[in-house]
Amino acid sequence: MLNYIWGFMILIGVLCGVATGNMEAVTNAAIDSAGEAISLCITMVGVVALWMGMMQIAQEAGLVDRLTRGISPFLHFLFPRIPRDHPAFGYIATNVIANILGLGWACTPAGLKAMEELANLERERGNPQYLQEGKERVASREMCIFLILNISSLELIPVNMIAYRSQYGSANPARVVAPAIAATLISTITAVLFCKWKDRGMRGRDANK
Amino acid sequence: MTYVSNFIIPAVFFLVVGYGLIGRVKIYESFLKGAAEGLKVVLDIVPTLIGLIVGVGVLRASGFFDLLENFLAPVAKICGFPAQILSLLAVKMFSSSAATGLVLDIFSAYGPDSYPGMIASIMMSCTETVFYTMSVYFLAAKVTKTRFTMAGALLATFAGAVASIFLAAGMG
Repeated sequence: MLNYIWGFMILIGVLCGVATGNMEAVTNAAIDSAGEAISLCITMVGVVALWMGMMQIAQEAGLVDRLTRGISPFLHFLFPRIPRDHPAFGYIATNVIANILGLGWACTPAGLKAMEELANLERERGNPQYLQEGKERVASREMCIFLILNISSLELIPVNMIAYRSQYGSANPARVVAPAIAATLISTITAVLFCKWKDRGMRGRDANK
Repeated sequence: MTYVSNFIIPAVFFLVVGYGLIGRVKIYESFLKGAAEGLKVVLDIVPTLIGLIVGVGVLRASGFFDLLENFLAPVAKICGFPAQILSLLAVKMFSSSAATGLVLDIFSAYGPDSYPGMIASIMMSCTETVFYTMSVYFLAAKVTKTRFTMAGALLATFAGAVASIFLAAGMG
């Protein structure tokens, strides 16, 4: 899927550039973006390392376990087949909580670790695609659900938006908060319903494996 | 509001380090262990970021989003909001910073408290960068086949977008 999307971006970009006569801009954009990606990575390396360091302390101190317990009813509802003591749970919980609080930089490291642990879970389950390196891997149900939940947006207070609104002279920058919470709930509930529906459809099939 | 958001990150640091000290964790050693792992995590996603940012950059510079806007203008006119809202939704799926640029354009053209301004504010708050998140996260698990993720992600994004339009209209 991502192959097609990326291919679409490059091919359509070049074709549109030809059509609109923006070839010079396209050339510059390609080169500048590659550099921009590296400067983003440099910022990211520092911040992600910082948060992963903090996360390691939180984990060894048992803080992650406490947080996980707090939201575990919700997580067990969404991920009924992850064993209760699996490390994937802690990372998923950290990611979800950081998302809700709007700690963007803290979500990514926890999310990436969660994905790695979900891959380990597949390995433990004996999924042949995950036992060998270099095989084409199909996402597990848990991975799909975790990503859909993430993409549905969980952030409660849109801090950045409030800041931009006040910068642009809004009479009431925080007026966005209530509808933003409502819209976020709607998108998340839609995501949860979709996942539960998909999960139900697949239960029988996987049991026969 | 900004006071709260300035407070939250230092408060998390304080809580984590304090909790670690009370729990007799060798806090600095575990911090270093985690940070070292963080370096590896980012190194793994560098190629994805280069690929994606170049893709978005090329698409933006090519004028594709302007064409899309012209194409969507009649649809948007029927619904009663500017076409920028629809291209904002499309751009947000690829890049958060490009979408922020569009939101600021809408703010300066219509004002943040106007109907388009409110739609844009709400829409940005309840959607995520679908393709970016998918490629970075799936890369961490080395997954190439993403099954129903895309359908679910697009459905959630669409639900959020429709909700934004109605909520903004409801606020007058």
